Amino acid sequence: MSHLEIKNFSKQFDGIKAVDHVSFSFESGKITGIIGPNGSGKSTLINLLTGVVQSDSGVMIPQYNQTTLSITRTFQEVRILEQMTVIDNILIVLTKRSVWVSIFETQKEQHFKNAKKVLEKVGLWEKRNELAANLSYGQRKLLEIARAVAMDATVYFFDEPFAGLFPEMRKIVTSLLQELKKKDKIIVLVEHNMELIRELSDVCLVMDSGKVLAHGSPEKVLLQTEVIETYLGK
Amino acid sequence: MEYLLHLFILISICAILGISLNLILGYTGLLSITHAAFYGIGAYATAVMMVTHSFPFFPSLLAGLVLSGIFALGIGSILSRFSGDYFALGSFGFNIIVSSLFINLQGLTGGPLGISGIDRPSFFGFVFSDRLAFLALAIFFVVMIYLLSQWIVRSSFGRTLKAIREDEKVVQVFGYKTLHYKLAIFVIGAMMASVAGALFASYSSYIDPSTFDLTGSIFVLAVIVLGGLANTKGAVFGAIFLVLLPEIFRFVGFPSALAAELRQVAYGLTLVLLMLYRPQGFIGAYKF
Repeated sequence: MSHLEIKNFSKQFDGIKAVDHVSFSFESGKITGIIGPNGSGKSTLINLLTGVVQSDSGVMIPQYNQTTLSITRTFQEVRILEQMTVIDNILIVLTKRSVWVSIFETQKEQHFKNAKKVLEKVGLWEKRNELAANLSYGQRKLLEIARAVAMDATVYFFDEPFAGLFPEMRKIVTSLLQELKKKDKIIVLVEHNMELIRELSDVCLVMDSGKVLAHGSPEKVLLQTEVIETYLGK
Repeated sequence: MEYLLHLFILISICAILGISLNLILGYTGLLSITHAAFYGIGAYATAVMMVTHSFPFFPSLLAGLVLSGIFALGIGSILSRFSGDYFALGSFGFNIIVSSLFINLQGLTGGPLGISGIDRPSFFGFVFSDRLAFLALAIFFVVMIYLLSQWIVRSSFGRTLKAIREDEKVVQVFGYKTLHYKLAIFVIGAMMASVAGALFASYSSYIDPSTFDLTGSIFVLAVIVLGGLANTKGAVFGAIFLVLLPEIFRFVGFPSALAAELRQVAYGLTLVLLMLYRPQGFIGAYKF
């Protein structure tokens, strides 16, 4: 089984340790849920792992068959490409990452088909030619999730993908996560909601004050006294 | 008639500048204030090749394209590491450096006096000496550059440029080396601007550094901000508007000297009003 090992990731902001020597191994075919109270370092950790924020220390050791590590993600605050169409927001992750190849693109039709497939899954195909800025909050969130899912990546990070979504939309996101799981991808889910973590994740990582407080199966971890105390107080 | 042809030729030259800057600013979001430098490099390369080395127009234009590309590669390699205000400030600085070179490399550029006696283009014995023929040539280049620009922005490369404009960090997260894309479009835009320079040098038969200083860059900026960012047609529209504006003042009875002054006021006022009420320009597709 392939996995992504992270070792000794740290980040300080003005002397405050946002992430403090975090090491872990994310396994493929499993959803790893990261939970923790506000300011515990969940989002900072995935910002470090996706290169959005430069880490002070830490190394990623990918263990899998593919030659390159490709990462995709969603953001806590939705970051779609506002003044571009819905379909362009998806196509951007499908194109080869080369100036030359992208000028003389030969797989336009294939990319279009793939974009159509994912937009249909999230119910945004009808809005494909609209500017992303004109979508409602829930639709923007779905578009961002669709963009992450559309990319054939090794590792998928989702930062609070369910926040602000209607139940119907939540169902769509859940099924997308399950699909990725079936494809044996490494899936990391940052979430506040303990119920969702219990329902969706196979492995649970609890963070507090930038450190790993506990990890293991959600059933066991969420029953640990220090985890309950962190969430509910002593 | 000659007067109208003259205006259309100026519009064509400005349209090439606008279309090329629109690729850099409108589509990629890089606030470049150095476009007149590449316009100047194209003009000076053509003038030097034609006047000093007696080359015909088209090989001289090619020399300008190459030289402009080389300069843009050097300047762009540094600027592409920046975005936003830093990019603008850096590009601003480069325009000043290049303008100074035009003034101080007297042996090559003629210094503040410039270069005169630049011939009209000729092609297999046909000389584009009258204005109508020159206009046809200028329109040919506008159409070519317009089509090239449209092809670029409709390609996957063009989509990535727009994405960089929207959120460069996100694009980097998805595995793009944005520096390469920014550099590529900067070089392409600069080379296109050099074509405008070559046409201008050959048309006016005389060039001096004052045309290619910061004011020139700001004029091109005004062309696309007025016409519309991220819309190739907008750049053409902006060129028409800004070239004709002072002429309108002249026709309503203002003396020429006053019309020129009023042009500056009108540019400024129009820009302020557009920023307030229509930030995407007349027919733009992107708002600042």
